[in-house]
Amino acid sequence: MDWLTDNYVNILRGFGETLRLLGASGALALVLGTLVALARVSPVPILRGVGTFYVTIFRNTPLLVLILIAYYGLPEIGIDFGFFINISLAMGTYTAAFVAEAIRSGFNGVPLGQAEAARAIGMPFMTSMSQVVLPQAFRLVVPPMASVYIALTKNTSLAATFGIAEATFRMRGLFNDYASQMIQIFVGISLGYILIVAVISWIATAFERRWAVA
Amino acid sequence: MVDTATPMVAMRGVQKWFGELHVLQDIDFEVAAGEVVVVIGPSGSGKSTLCRTINRLETIDEGTIEVDGKKLPAEGKQLAELRADVGMVFQSFNLFAHKTVLENVTLGPIKVRGAKKSDAEKRAHELLERVGVEAQAAKLPAQLSGGQQQRVAIARALAMDPKVMLFDEPTSALDPEMIKEVLDTMIDLAKGGMTMIVVTHEMGFARTAADRVVFMSDGRIVEENTPEEFFTNPRSDRAKDFLGKILKH
Repeated sequence: MDWLTDNYVNILRGFGETLRLLGASGALALVLGTLVALARVSPVPILRGVGTFYVTIFRNTPLLVLILIAYYGLPEIGIDFGFFINISLAMGTYTAAFVAEAIRSGFNGVPLGQAEAARAIGMPFMTSMSQVVLPQAFRLVVPPMASVYIALTKNTSLAATFGIAEATFRMRGLFNDYASQMIQIFVGISLGYILIVAVISWIATAFERRWAVA
Repeated sequence: MVDTATPMVAMRGVQKWFGELHVLQDIDFEVAAGEVVVVIGPSGSGKSTLCRTINRLETIDEGTIEVDGKKLPAEGKQLAELRADVGMVFQSFNLFAHKTVLENVTLGPIKVRGAKKSDAEKRAHELLERVGVEAQAAKLPAQLSGGQQQRVAIARALAMDPKVMLFDEPTSALDPEMIKEVLDTMIDLAKGGMTMIVVTHEMGFARTAADRVVFMSDGRIVEENTPEEFFTNPRSDRAKDFLGKILKH
């Protein structure tokens, strides 16, 4: 177990970096994904088109390709925030497509009559969304959203290939130094990911309880 | 009571198709301020669609609709403002499921009219008292009976001080013993001078509270008359046929 005892600080730093990636791309995905979902159900045809286009492009492009574009392509055209942010942009925009679809499924789960009643008392589209539809949709959205964020947690490991010293990157370093303890290292790092995912699931359950309707 | 100067609702030459189906045909229809109009007809006759076009929950393909002299605007801020003046009560109640009864009634005044929360709540309590569900103010809609939910829905619409109220089969989803409590609330409203357009199968309500009965069939207005004349002396064959079916059990 000396791989662990001698390196736990670095391993923790690695998971810290994993969490930073998760936080940055996850926050972007939540904001952008909500906007895209609103666009997809908006009464304005152009917005619906833009939303559908976004989801089609970003959901159907492999994440690795998006990261390659963000890592090598964007700096070429002058968009260079450093590779951590550029990679987070790729992960965030990719995950936003899945967030948008999860939220849209939540919208569809709220009976149409709720939005009609909101419009009938004179609420403009955004007010009826924020006051009536979204609060009810969020509850339905929690389970699929948890799945999206669990997938994102694991997807952050792709960043190892691009020199971000997150958990998987550290794991590969340890393989070189402790070749005879590979299995233990595998299991140990996996447990770290499982712990993060368990926390996400726990948060999801807490939200579901809190937003329960009679 | 009935003011004939500017009609509260005026539909002229209205046509609507659902695909091939011509659901509203040549609709010319006016409702004066203070008037209570009951729309009846067989299912599929277009009466619910007619009701829903008046606040543009359904769009029309041809013709014009005016509410209080103003043409229905297209989607946007002005449409929202017009809808705030047109109360609507739905067959399936459509109370906001995540809000308490009180919040259901205060949400519109606060978010749409910009009322102060304390004022909105005071008014909401008065309205809930008036429709007889004040004791349920703190409950969620799912905890109420259908009749209670529908009366809350009426209070929610009234909280916006509407110029006209639309009722789209308000008692069709209710158990028989709850129909009366909702109809009584509506009769009180009618007596109070509210302009009402009521799509219903309740002939008793039509006889008691309506100033005029409009009979629809296959997307057309076939016959319009006072309730007394319509029920005792229908002119069209379709109206005779319809009344024959529903009045002789």
